[in-house]
Amino acid sequence: MTDPVLYVRNITKSFGALKASDDVSLDLRPGEIHALIGPNGAGKSTLIQQISGGLQPDSGTVHFLGQDVTALGTAQRARMGLGRTFQISALAMEDTVLQNAMLGALGASGRPFRFFRPVLQEKALRQVAETALDRVGLLDHAAIRTSDLSHGQRRQLEVAVALTLSPRAFIMDEPMAGLGASGSRRLTAFLDELRHEAPILLVEHDMDAVFALADRISVLVYGKVIATGSVDEIRNHAEVRRAYLGEDA
Amino acid sequence: MTRETILNAALGLGLLAFPLWAYFADEPFMITLATRVAILALAGVGLNIALGLGGLVSLGHAAFFGIGGYAMGILASHAQSYSPLMETPFLIEGTKSMPVIWLTAIVASGLAALVIGALSLRTSGVYFIMITLAFGQMLFYFAISWPAYGGEDGLSIYVRNSFPGLNTLDPIQFFLIAYVLLMAALRFSARLAGSPFGLALNAARQTAERVETVGIVPYRLRLTAFVLSGMITGLAGALFADLNRFVSPTMFSWQTSGEIMIFIILGGTARLFGPVAGAALFITLEHVLGGLSEFWHIYLGLLLLVVVLYARGGIIGTLAGQEVKHD
Repeated sequence: MTDPVLYVRNITKSFGALKASDDVSLDLRPGEIHALIGPNGAGKSTLIQQISGGLQPDSGTVHFLGQDVTALGTAQRARMGLGRTFQISALAMEDTVLQNAMLGALGASGRPFRFFRPVLQEKALRQVAETALDRVGLLDHAAIRTSDLSHGQRRQLEVAVALTLSPRAFIMDEPMAGLGASGSRRLTAFLDELRHEAPILLVEHDMDAVFALADRISVLVYGKVIATGSVDEIRNHAEVRRAYLGEDA
Repeated sequence: MTRETILNAALGLGLLAFPLWAYFADEPFMITLATRVAILALAGVGLNIALGLGGLVSLGHAAFFGIGGYAMGILASHAQSYSPLMETPFLIEGTKSMPVIWLTAIVASGLAALVIGALSLRTSGVYFIMITLAFGQMLFYFAISWPAYGGEDGLSIYVRNSFPGLNTLDPIQFFLIAYVLLMAALRFSARLAGSPFGLALNAARQTAERVETVGIVPYRLRLTAFVLSGMITGLAGALFADLNRFVSPTMFSWQTSGEIMIFIILGGTARLFGPVAGAALFITLEHVLGGLSEFWHIYLGLLLLVVVLYARGGIIGTLAGQEVKHD
């Protein structure tokens, strides 16, 4: 078996008496989509935050590309190649679509502290940005103010900004949230291809998408991973059905 | 050309044409008023980098304005009394040369902004406003209680400092110095807004989380912006002191910070020429209304209320409409 690109070991995080992450371990292997599901309040967001660097675990470690990154901040992990999309679009709404993508390209270039040359004239950065926009089908909208995009287009832009980093792994927090049926289908097809570039840790509520895409699924309930396995294994897992799929086993 | 570009050009040319008219009409006081506008606008251009582009509501920019002022006052007063600033470990003499004074003002206010910013930027929102205010007030009381340089009474400089090849005592020549510096700062500010740094800073104001997840640390962006901002406001402080040939702790007061912010709000936050429009309106009101009533600030307050409630984009926003993102 190949080494995982990203793995967390025995992560614990408490807020007062609440154990948001309770001895969580999971890994992300090359070429896979690993879906993380669980009811609301199960601690998915807290876990994602600890993996991407926004929160420090109380104990346990996060490893990325064979390196212990537990002590590193969000920006450092991003520079190593951890690409992330947000559940609620975190975009510069007053800027154009292209400028948002350029921001990603600029971050990836690692040289944001330049004060004179107009950024939009930087051919190399622009190309990275435009390629990413093209891939999600937003190149025609490059000059539009981001606040004028539809909800679905903003979700696409979220993905495009992450793409500009040429990440070694993606963390996607509910990329399908609020998408219509056709948008959801298109993104599903896109992620299906994307996994060959870099594996994806996918937090998602849309079960059709999860079952269609996931190589493996981990189920988080009350901060604990109660099961990890293939789609079929999870579908037929008695405890998962009881706790999450809401059926009497 | 957008409407905003045309408006900017009109403001820039207007600010030049008015004192030229005053020069030929032999109205030196009007030239002085225009010089005040140019210098205060310069202070606003500085603050606008932090406030407009970076979203950093600093209520302590009087600190940098005052440091610029005192840099001029201290250097010039030593030159005036022929006594060196210090003799050990090495000799530093006073100077009456504007370029040297400007450089000192820029470096000193930049260093102060580095220290104040490094501490203040660990907070945000209301706490940031309060802590910058606190630093400003600290310097204010320090200046009051520092007898070596006039304490509460301030410092008078009898002859305006010199600039090679110019007669700075001639109002129109001094105006031109201030005007050229203002235009240079505006040019710098425009370049900055369109630069890679400007893109990142502007994004950090809107969505700091996103900026971090593309690998850029917002704190560093903001600190850099704060230092650049402080440097320009410091330069304005040195010029302001030269205009009045007088420095006093008032330059450090929180009212000064508030006034610089008022220029920006009146003119239009984050608009390149906002501080120019705002400072011009402020000085005009001060001159016209101040002549009618001692309590002209009441009308200024009403105007501010109207701008904040009904014309958020200030003068530029009202006349030129919403900012068009060019690309």
